Amino acid sequence: MKASSIKRRRKKQAAVFWILRGAAIVNGLALFVILFFIVVNGISAINWEFLSEPPRNSMTEGGILPCIVGTFLLSFGSLLVAFPWGVATAIYLSEYAKPGPWVRFIRLGINNLAGVPSVVYGLFGLALFVTAMGMGVSLLAGMLTLGAFILPLIIGTAEEALRSVPQTYREASLGLGATKWQTVYRVVLPAAFPKMLTGMILGLSRVAGETAPIMFTAAVFYTPEMPTSVFSDVMALPYHIYVLATAGTNIEETRHLQYGTALVLMALVFGMNMFSIWYRSRIQKRT
Amino acid sequence: MAISRQKKELFMRMLFTLLGATGIIILTLILLFLVKEGMPIFSEVSVTDFLFGKYWYPTYDPPDFGILPLIAGTFSVTVISSIIAIPLGVMTAVYLAEIATPRIRGIVKPIVELIEGLPTVVIGFFGMVVMAPFLQRIFDMPTGLNLFNASIMLAFMSVPTICSISEDAIYSVPQEMREASLALGATHLETIIRVILPASLSGISTAVILGISRAVGETMVVLMVAGGAAMIPGSLFDPVRPMPATIAAEMAEAPYQSEHYYALFAIGLVLFVFTFAFNMLADYLAHKHKQVGAATL
Repeated sequence: MKASSIKRRRKKQAAVFWILRGAAIVNGLALFVILFFIVVNGISAINWEFLSEPPRNSMTEGGILPCIVGTFLLSFGSLLVAFPWGVATAIYLSEYAKPGPWVRFIRLGINNLAGVPSVVYGLFGLALFVTAMGMGVSLLAGMLTLGAFILPLIIGTAEEALRSVPQTYREASLGLGATKWQTVYRVVLPAAFPKMLTGMILGLSRVAGETAPIMFTAAVFYTPEMPTSVFSDVMALPYHIYVLATAGTNIEETRHLQYGTALVLMALVFGMNMFSIWYRSRIQKRT
Repeated sequence: MAISRQKKELFMRMLFTLLGATGIIILTLILLFLVKEGMPIFSEVSVTDFLFGKYWYPTYDPPDFGILPLIAGTFSVTVISSIIAIPLGVMTAVYLAEIATPRIRGIVKPIVELIEGLPTVVIGFFGMVVMAPFLQRIFDMPTGLNLFNASIMLAFMSVPTICSISEDAIYSVPQEMREASLALGATHLETIIRVILPASLSGISTAVILGISRAVGETMVVLMVAGGAAMIPGSLFDPVRPMPATIAAEMAEAPYQSEHYYALFAIGLVLFVFTFAFNMLADYLAHKHKQVGAATL
């Protein structure tokens, strides 16, 4: 009687564990299917011409060089804005702030900022940078919008990096007579920097693939010229995919170009992601 | 010398305190500009007519600015994607935190992170060119771009959010609680259901709410896959036009500071309020039921 009840419970456990395993497998399978279709259909479009030339013939032929350049400029530009700013906020939260209602309020603000829909960032950028500040649809407006968009992620990863620096480092530095700022600048920041770098790369990969914030602020359907200043409008990979797939002159015939662009974007984003995952596990092993 | 060091110290402290408020400042600016650009529409349409009007024909003459069909679109897509994503995300989290060996964890966790990093435009593109024709063929529908397709794609992208936060919550349940339950003769499964899940429930609820919030605000997927018809859906296979898709699709053609332009900003404001409410709820849950530590046992 008792033995059979235990057997039944074990059986039930085995069955449920297989269902849970199944859930994990579904995720892997879904990722695999998406990767499979994009890679198989996109690989034939990739050649040197595709990567090194601008689109021709109302975007039905040619390459995607301006989009690659645009996405690079937008991503690095936005990080240039968000990284120092985010790190400064993180330094405040982790090193200077004392727990209390004000810090709680700041954290609440950051959490809510992280939850603002990307298209709302687009509206914000359009209203503030493009029109109120008169930047027009430009690289600069896009960088600032994307910078605001990625700020919560940068703050989060930077703070985590600062908190992982052992308290003894700080005590040793303060004990030697260094001020708080000297301690932060000379001891804590260098120790936290590798981890912050992972956060930065993660942020870079996130903004590179983001479409909605740049739709009204920086990206255009087609521009024959490479950007010459921060006030030029640009083409960008994610927006190019969207435009070709929904509003191109010949949606069916440019399908291979769409797959090709999607493949390039995905390779870019995954490359950065995987580097940051690998780099993180390397740091963790060392400490 | 000593004074200058102290002065510098004071200056740095003030600087960082100021920079620390950046998040709040940006959030306030976003709200401010949404209100500034969205409010003028309410001199044309009353708030009730705007929120509960059944017709969205912004370019007709006279135009109709009722966003109920758009709210219904967002609502239906969110509910159906949640039905798929919540069980999938939580089950994967339980598997990762409790059952998987470290080696398998090392494989599955990066997969989940990669899904999270997938650009949404790529997911939307996949939904358009692969999933839509596929659904059209098996269900014999006029179009594969509909509520159902969009919900599947959205679910796929909210799973990582739900999974990674839930996993943290499950992982941080004190080992003593597991051991106590196992020592009383419970199986691992019984321990998970009766002890670990209740103990991590607040973390899991936070994860679920943040996942839902992400689905509410997601733009590219619904823009490309949901079909784009501004009507209240009657079936699972009807096309819909959620709020973010409406903003993204129409902003380019809405003349600057026209009624249409104001109305789109007002939709942005509604969207902002929705996601803000979800985030406050998530924050409330996370703080109200702080997880019990080993010391309180």
